[in-house]
Amino acid sequence: MAEILVLADHSGGEVKKVTLELLTLARSLGEPSAVVVGAGAGSTVDALAEYGARRVYVAEDAELDRHPVAPAAEVLVQLVGPHSPAAVLIASTADGKEIAARLAVRIDSGLITDAVQVDADLTATQSIFGGSVIVKSRVTRGTPVITVRPNSTAPEAAAGPCEREDLSISLSDGASRAVITNRVEEKHDARPELAEAAVVVSGGRGVGGADGFKVIEALADALGGAVGASRAATDAGWYPHQYQVGQTGKTVSPQLYVAAGISGAIQHRAGMQTSKNIVVINKDPEAPIFEVADFGVVGDLFSVVPQLTEEVVKRK
Amino acid sequence: MKIAVCVKQVPDTWAQKRLDPDDKTLDRESVDGVINELDEYAIEEALQLGEATSGEVVVITMGPDKASETVRKALAMGADSAIHVCDAALHGSDALATSLVLAKVIGDRGFDLAIFGSESTDARMSVIPAMVAERLGQAQLTFAGKVDVEGSTVKIRRIAEHGYDEVTASLPAVISVVEKINEPRYPSFKGIMAAKKKPVERLTLAEVGVPADQVGLAAVASAVESFESAPPRAAGTVVTDEGDGGVKIAEYLSSQKFI
Ligand SMILES: Cc1cc2nc3c(=O)[nH]c(=O)nc-3n(C[C@H](O)[C@H](O)[C@H](O)COP(=O)(O)OP(=O)(O)OC[C@H]3O[C@@H](n4cnc5c(N)ncnc54)[C@H](O)[C@@H]3O)c2cc1C
Repeated sequence: MAEILVLADHSGGEVKKVTLELLTLARSLGEPSAVVVGAGAGSTVDALAEYGARRVYVAEDAELDRHPVAPAAEVLVQLVGPHSPAAVLIASTADGKEIAARLAVRIDSGLITDAVQVDADLTATQSIFGGSVIVKSRVTRGTPVITVRPNSTAPEAAAGPCEREDLSISLSDGASRAVITNRVEEKHDARPELAEAAVVVSGGRGVGGADGFKVIEALADALGGAVGASRAATDAGWYPHQYQVGQTGKTVSPQLYVAAGISGAIQHRAGMQTSKNIVVINKDPEAPIFEVADFGVVGDLFSVVPQLTEEVVKRK
Repeated sequence: MKIAVCVKQVPDTWAQKRLDPDDKTLDRESVDGVINELDEYAIEEALQLGEATSGEVVVITMGPDKASETVRKALAMGADSAIHVCDAALHGSDALATSLVLAKVIGDRGFDLAIFGSESTDARMSVIPAMVAERLGQAQLTFAGKVDVEGSTVKIRRIAEHGYDEVTASLPAVISVVEKINEPRYPSFKGIMAAKKKPVERLTLAEVGVPADQVGLAAVASAVESFESAPPRAAGTVVTDEGDGGVKIAEYLSSQKFI
């Protein structure tokens, strides 16, 4: 069977959920090999094997963590040549898309980003223009490089034999020009990452202020989800910009999206319209967000959301 | 310092975008074009860095005739001159081809910095700055929420899920900036008048020096096989809160096995 390279996403050796999704997807396309880069890479092998990686290429070298994006692309370049995989799958995150970009240039191959599905013949499905149009495309030159959105596949374990191969990588000059001098952690909560989360609870202008977001956070925590925000809320400084959902913010596609006090402007819907279930709380029955709601309540979020939170906690 | 700022004309985000059924590219003729909103932050950053170093800011765009409106806007904000690559052969170019053309223009003219918006609101791939950096062999300083230049060193904050990374490199470098890195200025009346007299160099593909067979629809490395409108979402249930709205939602979530 054809080899499918999956770039594993991990933080200090802990594998991200999106990687397990990609391995699951890769099994339907061929034989998955995982590629894992940076400090802690070696300790991911068991977790990757459990989700069906038949081979894990390990580039464990702290030097590779000193530069953003480019080292992972170099590792993939060095593997694609000798192995001629049928495709390379990468998570569609900010870093993932840039790694894919550099790889595609180096191997002069077609790149498809933000796929929500990849068929056995490597046809990729994308949802564009804010989810209003579904496009199917195929790479027509070189080794297909496809970035896949988190939450596109349900991860399923499939343990099997797995070989580990350690790589030694020498970075090109271009890849080592940018140097990370300091890493600053600003995220102090234990919530899942917005792009990966299975549940997202977002607040908008209706939340009324930074303080109002406590109500949103409480519901997110009860549901084990991430917090998101509309641009009106991030513009006002009520919530950090990293959490903005929409056209100029993050695109999310969780199992459940809860929008509270958000009107549903086209630019906001562009970032959440493909969520599996959408729940809306808004006091204006005419708000356009109700057009995409699976379940909506016309009401004041300050009474509906806390009641919902309490109910969720009670039923757990 | 010599700074390039790359801008793109995109369909107005309020407009209904459609694909052309014949060649499956975005129909740009039938919608109003506006400057990609994220590029306004790139222009502002370029202008501020230019002002701080008594440097020169050159706008670069690749696109049809109509894209000259976007060039004018950038000049009205304060850029010194512009380069507009305009050639029928470019129609339908993918990111690989676009980055090839931009990298050639930037590389040939020896800029210290090339600044981009982190994404275009139409294609939303976020890959051009990384591709250009790779092609030029220059440092890639992308997703910047803050940029500082000191002598021949440039330092940015790369905004990430965990917070940010401080990333440093020597010039020349390729930068992309995120929304809200600054407050883009509005063109003043004086700026708008002055923009009319600023030099805009129009280049054909041949003048750029990229062979026509490496760009446009003929050179795409991936092809759209089909497209269709997404099926409308099935109409949902909407109820009015009568003191039990939260409980109603909880019941719905239970029925969907979320709780
Ligand atoms: C180029 C461009 C890019 C953009 N990108 C984005 C983007 O990425 N993300 C994004 O979100 N927006 C984006 N926008 C902005 C977008 O157009 C809207 O302005 C924004 O989404 C509005 O945010 P909102 O829904 O929170 O606020 P509003 O539109 O003001 O809506 C607030 C809603 O809250 C309701 N409400 C008020 N009080 C309560 C209460 N107590 N209980 C319940 N409901 C209440 C109101 O009925 C109203 O519907 C972009 C715009 C442009 C032009």
